[in-house]
This record gives sequence, structure tokens and C-alpha cells, in this order.
Amino acid sequence: MKSIYLDHAATTPLSKKALEAMEPYFCETYGNPNSQHVYGREAAKAVAEARQKIAACIGARPSEVYFTSCGTEADNWAIKGAAAQYRDKGRHIITSVIEHPAVYSTCKQLEKYGYEVTYLPVDGEGFVSPESLEGAIREDTVLVSVMYANNEIGTIEPIKELCEIAHRHGALFHTDAVQATGAIRYDVKDLGVDMLSMSAHKFYGPKGMGALYIRNGLRMEKFMTGGEQERAHRGGTSNTPGIVGMSVALEEAMSTLESDGKYVAKIRDRFVKKVLDNIDEIYYNGPKDASRRLPNNANFSFRYIEGESILYSLDLAGISASSGSACSSGSLEPSRTLLSIGVPIGTAHGSIRFSFGKHNTEEEADYAVDELIKTVKRLRAMSPLYKEKK
Amino acid sequence: MYNEKVMEVFKNPQHMGEVENYNAIGTVGNEVCGDIMRITMRINPDGVIEDAKFKTFGCAAAVASSSTATGMIIGKTIDEALKITNKQVITELEGLPPQKIHCSVLAEDAIRAAIDYYEKNKKN
Ligand SMILES: Cc1ncc(COP(=O)(O)O)c(C=O)c1O
Repeated sequence: MKSIYLDHAATTPLSKKALEAMEPYFCETYGNPNSQHVYGREAAKAVAEARQKIAACIGARPSEVYFTSCGTEADNWAIKGAAAQYRDKGRHIITSVIEHPAVYSTCKQLEKYGYEVTYLPVDGEGFVSPESLEGAIREDTVLVSVMYANNEIGTIEPIKELCEIAHRHGALFHTDAVQATGAIRYDVKDLGVDMLSMSAHKFYGPKGMGALYIRNGLRMEKFMTGGEQERAHRGGTSNTPGIVGMSVALEEAMSTLESDGKYVAKIRDRFVKKVLDNIDEIYYNGPKDASRRLPNNANFSFRYIEGESILYSLDLAGISASSGSACSSGSLEPSRTLLSIGVPIGTAHGSIRFSFGKHNTEEEADYAVDELIKTVKRLRAMSPLYKEKK
Repeated sequence: MYNEKVMEVFKNPQHMGEVENYNAIGTVGNEVCGDIMRITMRINPDGVIEDAKFKTFGCAAAVASSSTATGMIIGKTIDEALKITNKQVITELEGLPPQKIHCSVLAEDAIRAAIDYYEKNKKN
């Protein structure tokens, strides 16, 4: 049976180049980078080089890159660290309604500890408006955190503009760039952000590796307390192979970013057009303007049918996608992002995200469309809500 | 998440559709929660369910539960059908994940709702 992976926003396969680069750091150069002997020094050298590479990819200085165990940790650190460090200045944080749980749940937790959080609304395509930030920001706002690109509907937020507003009002700005890194070329100095999170497994790097960019000069409370690693800001023995793999994967992604983006967008656009031409009563969620949307993302709501059964039907046909709602994970809550952009709750249940990658082909996209058409037809025939048009 | 049996039933659901000239119909659940189940039946004057079919909006467990429950009541009397519980549906499916138990409850409810409709309309 065919096996087609259309879930690159969830994770990507490891780059062969990254795998090769990681290999020596498991069994040969396995020293602790903090150790004062030849094993340690060699590992430390690899970590330093990796840090340099990653810094160069995003326009940062090496001393501004801190390795973490994942994107989620980077987000937690940025938000909780800033909240703790600047708690005497204020207890107000601003974020958006469509953040990934790594940010959203972190803010929810801070609310329990006496912080006040404003969740900025988004428009029908998932954009946060600079005006709404202007309206929400206050004297006691210490941090604004808005994601660079949304993981469900691919919306690319106007980060630079939002960051300027935050700074004008004396607040720090953090962005969750987990979906953006490797897909969008950016320069942290040009964006102006104080902090930025990334995660290696979204750009063909290893799982369990993230990084937080922290602008030099910004004082930040520690999140992972422990040893003296990461300039005494993040305890824990460095994951040398992970760090090396992350740096090689990011370098590779940056070297072909434009051509990969074009290629992936072409397949995505072909897929979207065929779906819209062949299936009625659906919504194409997210930005219509491709220049403001992640090149790999497509998200649909299919009326009258439920997402999990679409997902399993596709899975039976060898197609791996992701349901737009959290139903499949057991809760019956449909996606907060989809509800925020105005998808009716019943319809939000019938949502699927397809996210393409550089190894996908047009043939795969065509096969997926054919199977999707069959699936939707079959499930609609089964649905008490659907009345076939005569 | 699902066992093979559930996936098999989901892949090839039986008794899908609507019974022609049905005299019992029950719809339960709602769109907001993400599952709606409708069972239609034709019940003969002796109180035997001659045919039953389902239509379901919902997850794989909801589809599998509907198909299984519908199959279990065909040929049964009303009284026998009313004795069918969600636990029996789960047993038939060789188990459901804990968070999907409500799907089997929905199937039990749909059977009851349809028979309830039949009883009410019979008296009139
Ligand atoms: C936008 C966004 N933020 C954060 C994360 C979490 O990253 P990680 O899986 O590395 O913890 C993800 C991925 O799941 C994501 O898409």
C-alpha cells in the first residue's frame, strides 16, 4: 500500500546530512562538553560550532543562542522567565488566542499565579491586528508573545510591526518561531524581537532539540535550574548529537529555503485547487494570500462530517494527515484556532490539516486528493446531517 | 488508539443508511459535541425489528458503535432490543478506548429513542 506523509507541521524526517553529522557524537566523541579533558573539549568544540551556525542562520550572535530540550521548553522559558524576572515591573502579559499550547497553556498557568493575560483576537484568516495590540497594551505589560507562524492554518503574523508596538510601550517581545524557522527567512535583529523559540524537528532536525534566542543584554530568569551549562542559564548536560544535528539541519534548510518553499507551495497549491474544484461545502481555512501563509500548509473544514473519521479513513488509504480538532486526542473540544477565526463549532469538528514537505511529489498530492474525495463522499453518505443535492 | 475489530467495522460498516418506510426513528447527540447518531427501524405488528439502519456523524468509534448496535437489534423484539446495553456493544467491538465509551452509550440511547418514538406513535 502507498504511504504518503502529509503531516510535516507535526514533525519532519531527519535530514540524512544531519544524521551523518550526529553519528560520531554518540559512541566516539561522547564526552560531556563541560569536562576538562580531551573528550570534553572535543564535544565542547562541536557545541560551539553548532551554536555559531545557528546564530548565523538567524542573524544572532552565538552568545544569544541557548539550547533547550524542545520548542515547548523554549516557549516556557521565554514566558515564565520574563514573567519572573520582571514581576516587579508588572504582571500583565499579552498573547494571542491562536498560540500553540506551549505558549497558551503556559499563559494559563501564569494566570493561576496572579498574572493577568490578555488573549488578542484574530481576524477570519488568523491575523493579529497591530491595532488590537495597541489597544490592549498597558503600563504594566511586561511581555507580548505572538507566534511567527501558526501551526494549524499557516498564518504568518506581522511580527516586526507587533514588536515595534510592544517596544514603544516598554514591553518585551517574544515570538514562537517553531513553525517559521526553516520555512521563512528572517533576521532577529531586523525583526527586533527580544526572544525567539525554535524547534529542530520541524526543519528536518532531530526531535527533542530546541533553542531560545535571547537578545544580548536582556536579563532573564532561569527556567531549568542546574549546572553551569548554556552560560549558566540552562542547566543540564548538553545533548551534543542533538545540537550538532540541529545546526546541520538548519544550515541545510536555510541554504535551500527559497527553492524548497517554492516547490512545496506548488504541490500545496495544486492539492488545494483540486480539493476545492472537486468537493463542495468546504471551507479553506487560513490566509488566501499565499505570501502571508506558510508554504506547506493547507487546512480544510468539511461540512457534515467529523475530522477523526476523515483522518482514519485517509490513514487506511495510506495518507497521514492531522485532524484540525483535538477530538482525536480524546477531548471533544474542537480547535481553538479554528473557532477563533469564526469556523462554526460543528464544522470545526470536520477539519483536517495537510502539511507538505520537500520529499512529497505531485503524484502523491494527486493520490491524496482522489482518496480524500472518496472519503468525504463515503462519510457524507453516512452522515445524518448531509442531504445530497438532487 | 483503536483495536483491529473497531477499525474493521469502521472500514466496512454494515446497515448504513435509512430504512424505507421506517416506523421508528431516534436521533441522539449533537453537532457541538461532534457526534450525532440516527437509527431508523421497521417494527412489525408483533413487535419484531425487521430491519434497522443507521446514519452517524462522528468519530470512528461512533461509526463502529452504530454499525454494531444496529446489527445487534435486527430480528430482535422490542423488549430484547431495549435490554441491549452499551457494555454489550463494547464487548462486541472487543473494547473501546476510555474516552470513546460515550460513543457506545450514544448507540444505546439511539436504540431507546427510536423505540420510544415507535411506542408513542403507535398509540396515536
Ligand atoms: C507553533 C509551535 N510551537 C511550539 C511547538 C512545540 O515544539 P516541540 O515539539 O519541540 O516541543 C510546536 C510543535 O508542536 C509548534 O507547532
